Amino acid sequence: MPTKHHVTATINGDPAEFLCTTEQTLLDVLRDVLYLTGSKEGCASGDCGACSVILDGRLVCSCLVLGVEAEGRDIETIEGMASGDELHPLQQKFLEHAALQCGVCTPGFLIAAKALLTRKSDPTETEVRYWLAGNLCRCTGYDKIVRAVLDAAAEMRGN
Amino acid sequence: MDYRSPGSVKEAVELLATHDGAAHVLAGGTDLLVKLRGGFVAPEVVVDVKSIPQLRGIARDAGGFRIGAATSCAELTEHAALSAAWPGVVEALHLIGSTQIQGRATAGGNLCNASPAADSVPAMIAAGVICQVAGPGGEREVPVEKIVIGPGRTSLARGEFVVGFRLPKPLPRSGDAYLRFIPRTEMDIAVVGVGVALALDENGVCTHARVGLGAVAPTPLLVEAAGKALVGTRIDAAALAALADATSAVCKPIDDKRGTVAYRIKVAGVLARRAALIALERAQARNDKGARGAH
Repeated sequence: MPTKHHVTATINGDPAEFLCTTEQTLLDVLRDVLYLTGSKEGCASGDCGACSVILDGRLVCSCLVLGVEAEGRDIETIEGMASGDELHPLQQKFLEHAALQCGVCTPGFLIAAKALLTRKSDPTETEVRYWLAGNLCRCTGYDKIVRAVLDAAAEMRGN
Repeated sequence: MDYRSPGSVKEAVELLATHDGAAHVLAGGTDLLVKLRGGFVAPEVVVDVKSIPQLRGIARDAGGFRIGAATSCAELTEHAALSAAWPGVVEALHLIGSTQIQGRATAGGNLCNASPAADSVPAMIAAGVICQVAGPGGEREVPVEKIVIGPGRTSLARGEFVVGFRLPKPLPRSGDAYLRFIPRTEMDIAVVGVGVALALDENGVCTHARVGLGAVAPTPLLVEAAGKALVGTRIDAAALAALADATSAVCKPIDDKRGTVAYRIKVAGVLARRAALIALERAQARNDKGARGAH
């Protein structure tokens, strides 16, 4: 039987190493091995986006990545978003716009929105809605989330 | 279950062949991981092909484009030259799943998952894309429409896998387009999908047309009669009606809550006509550009 894989990666800028079986997804590793429980498991099939992370600069569902595939890769999770006690502008705007209720989808939305604003500092509302189509929220109804992202984008551009 | 990440095609073929059917190729994983979790597949080893240089990236040469089978949809859709040459293929690739899925899903995976409703496949069939297949007997080239032989089933022999695709250089005055119908605006599986690629002569007469059809039969289809309905015409109303009829005629769809048989057959013809009109517009725009000497 294969033994566990020894994996070395960079997570939120820090070197990380872990052991995982082939079956464990990157989400399983983040939550159950590294205790980074900010990324959530919603559907475990790539439909809901609650487990979104940034893998080598690409937004992905961590439930659809094997932990062993993280070898040598750079991973950004919600835990790396704030700088110490200072919230990222997206996090601050989500609070100001009340863009969350239960909060399970929120880490995924924040990471997905961050990936968008890294690529496009001035997205249109339509672009925001299409970019976030892979993130499901069953509480707020999306309008507040979209407004928070647009407001954060404006602030980050210095408007 | 073991995990292997071979660095060469030869090594991957050996792994796939020696495990005698108990090895599964892993590219983007967006279908495989769901099947693993659901217990629908239980391989002894997953062979991650993303570390094989030949499987990654987009290259342009005199013959057109060569795409590594494990290149992500995000990389493909961000490629300006590929988007300009084959906008229909690229728009089909772009429709596969969410932003998150685009970051992982691959053209090779979309084909070899062998779903009748795979979005990229009808567009690639229309574009005349050739699949590069590696296996124990060496490499062979196969038209993309010969790969899927049933839901979840491919014509690939044991030990074979898709390493890349060749997209021809677009003909002068040509264009392609892909349209699908879904009940929502995003994040859904095609009820019908149609790809059309066509080319015109200097007088606007259609000289070449191929139609790929998805989600209305056990496999994606090349609809030769639909292409023939356009060739030799100026793609007028009568030709478009014949195209729609020929497309609807080959549909053998399932009946489910997302679309009845009659509805899917009707919509297939409608989408074929609309996709042909978009492809025509693109062909004419390319012609205008040519006339101005801008390539």
